[in-house]
Amino acid sequence: MSAASALPRSGGRPDGTVAVEAAGPPPVRRVRRNPVTWVKRGGLSTLVFALPVLVIFGVFSWWPIVRSVVMSFQKTNLVAPATWVGWDNFQYVLTDPDLPTAIRNTLYFALLALVIGFPIPLVAAVLMSSVKRLKGLYSVLAYLPVVVPPVVAVLLWKFFYDGSADGVFNTILGYVGLGPYAWLSSPSLAMPSLVIEATWAAAGGTVIIYLAALIGVPGELYDAAEVDGAGIWQKVWHVTMPQLRGVLFITFILQIIGTVQVFLEPYLFTGGGPANATLTILLMIYNYAFGRSLGGDYGAATALSVMLAAFLAILSLVYFKLTSSWSKS
Amino acid sequence: MKSPRITLAYTLVGALALGGTLAACSSDSGDGGGKSTPSASAAPTLDPNTKVTLKVVGLLPGSTKEAQAALADEVKEFQTENPNITVQTQDYEWKATTFAADLAGGTLPTVFEIPFTDAKTLIANQQITDMQAYLNQLPYAADFNKNLLQYGQGQDGDVYAIPAKSIYAVGLHYNRDLFTQAGLDPDKPPTTWDEVRTDAKAIADKTGQAGFAQMSQSGTGGWQLTVDTYARGGRVESEDGKTATLTNDGTKAALQFLQDLRWTDNSMGNNFNYDWGTINQAFAAGKVGMYTSGQDVYTSLVQTNNIDPKMYGLTMIPLEGDNSGVLGGGTMAAVSSKATDDEKAAAIKWIDFHYLRKYTNEQAAVTNAQTQVASKQPVGTPELPIFSQAQYEKYQTWIKPYVNVPLDQMTSFTSKIFDATLVNEPAVATQDVYAALDPVVQAVLTKKDADIDKLLDEANTKAQRAIDSAGR
Repeated sequence: MSAASALPRSGGRPDGTVAVEAAGPPPVRRVRRNPVTWVKRGGLSTLVFALPVLVIFGVFSWWPIVRSVVMSFQKTNLVAPATWVGWDNFQYVLTDPDLPTAIRNTLYFALLALVIGFPIPLVAAVLMSSVKRLKGLYSVLAYLPVVVPPVVAVLLWKFFYDGSADGVFNTILGYVGLGPYAWLSSPSLAMPSLVIEATWAAAGGTVIIYLAALIGVPGELYDAAEVDGAGIWQKVWHVTMPQLRGVLFITFILQIIGTVQVFLEPYLFTGGGPANATLTILLMIYNYAFGRSLGGDYGAATALSVMLAAFLAILSLVYFKLTSSWSKS
Repeated sequence: MKSPRITLAYTLVGALALGGTLAACSSDSGDGGGKSTPSASAAPTLDPNTKVTLKVVGLLPGSTKEAQAALADEVKEFQTENPNITVQTQDYEWKATTFAADLAGGTLPTVFEIPFTDAKTLIANQQITDMQAYLNQLPYAADFNKNLLQYGQGQDGDVYAIPAKSIYAVGLHYNRDLFTQAGLDPDKPPTTWDEVRTDAKAIADKTGQAGFAQMSQSGTGGWQLTVDTYARGGRVESEDGKTATLTNDGTKAALQFLQDLRWTDNSMGNNFNYDWGTINQAFAAGKVGMYTSGQDVYTSLVQTNNIDPKMYGLTMIPLEGDNSGVLGGGTMAAVSSKATDDEKAAAIKWIDFHYLRKYTNEQAAVTNAQTQVASKQPVGTPELPIFSQAQYEKYQTWIKPYVNVPLDQMTSFTSKIFDATLVNEPAVATQDVYAALDPVVQAVLTKKDADIDKLLDEANTKAQRAIDSAGR
């Protein structure tokens, strides 16, 4: 039996969940609804349970989103009364000479993060799931960078990236005759340096997700593959990968969304430099709002935020549309 | 007879007035109600039985234990004098890239510090409070140098921000030890840019450290390039503040100087990401031979970076060209617009006690100097006068027995600064102009083939857009 034949048949998904549409809609008994039946059927207690979440999301997520959209059409410094300016903020942002650079840099960061940051956690998780001993220790080691406060991590790596010959990385590379490299002071090396730190900092979280998903892969599939004579890479390719497909699709889009919104690393490492080599869209948003001491161009900042959010929403929709058809196939 | 120093000091403060006038012309309207004279209404005085807790700016983050002890002593003395006021200090470093976030987020203390260039806009935006009536309570309220005071006045004529400290001109700071190690005479620092270049190369070649370093981050790159431009007779804005003039010969010459040091001489080391705090740190650690910054930076080099006084030297920034001058500025104390009347009444007492009284009252000057000396804090760092030149000289006499900074290592600055023309920072969209110049400095320092003319053209477009949008 080939490994492929061991995949679940119709109605099953690679991640093991059962597709609802395959089972067909269950018969629904219609009951006339009124407040009394709603309360009797637990509607009130449901609402009470949901209320804290609704309030928290409302206050801290939905209301700020609405305010941002409103503010993108206003001129305001959050003190004096706001005035409506129509599309001025959008026009101002779109004609900013730094915008193309920021878009280019953001896409470059996302691409590098994808190339470097996407496969590493997957490989690490597969390897870790294969080991028989000290699995817990490896998980802890992989996850450790995630619990280091991001600012501390960046300061630590800033120290590592010291461009002098006696900097940490330059010293290590010096042993094999490489460098010294300017790292953060080099327009060509600055962005890859940021991506390497970001990958180190975030990979642990993704590794844990993959490990959890790998636990759900039925052992019989590997046994069957082994009977069919599959080697380790064939098992990974024909069993593990198809089983992780659902999780991979999610982590992929989450990574795209996350990397397009990169802020912390360029802000703390380089401030967008050198020579705008690490200026990203979110850093531009921050600079509009707070970057100048007299800052306060909240209109331009929210206009760019709204455009970025709209872009990511469309990207996500297209992605899910595409991947859902791939999943079905 | 008036001494040449006094005459020249008035020239300095007169020059400062120019930028302020421009700033006043360019500020957003929105404050005040068309009054032209300061408010004469009496401010509420603080009832001695009313308890007030006042949050104020403390030291720079990471200051030494000695500096913290000196501030704690000062707070204790203040609370003894005002038992109903509890002062809470908060570490603070003004940065262009974080100030607006702190202000909007409400994380600034009630009394905070701002540069001269920001006051007018903060007043127009109603982000700092009217302190005129409270200022009137101080015995020396009428004695301020008017040309400095006007930076903190609103269109209604009232004072919102009060000149407080660090009235500075930019100087060239140098490491005497590295000069000696490089075979240079530390008592004969460079007086021309060519000499700066020669000395920087000697330091780099013989010590392995950066001969000359330049700030480039968070607006400081633009700030220092403006300093370098003024020193070569250029300006980054037209006199009326309406036109960006970054493509001037002074700026080009300043960038060419950096390019030569970086790529021809390799005398600038390997860190090109310095801002104000990190370049101080590197200098105090002996990694930098020379750099330009405000003349008063010695105080924070001691308080935050534990510098060895013996290695420190200060000289004039070289001035070349007909219209050359030294960039000057200063720090004002401001009070949050959210402060209550009691907090404002307490704030003026603190501003008086902490920043100003020592300049006008001998006993206060002596007490303050004794407190600083007891905690090994610097007394006598060169500064420019907040009140009159005569008052400043009187203050210098009061603290003379307590001066513990190496003034003899700063004479090539202190003996000449009053002969120089002081030029104020660009008046309109100051931080935006600096932000536009940051990438230019960074590009010249990190890209060997950086095209100065092209970079300046692009920066000029951005700066002009910022100037045009200043009241957007």
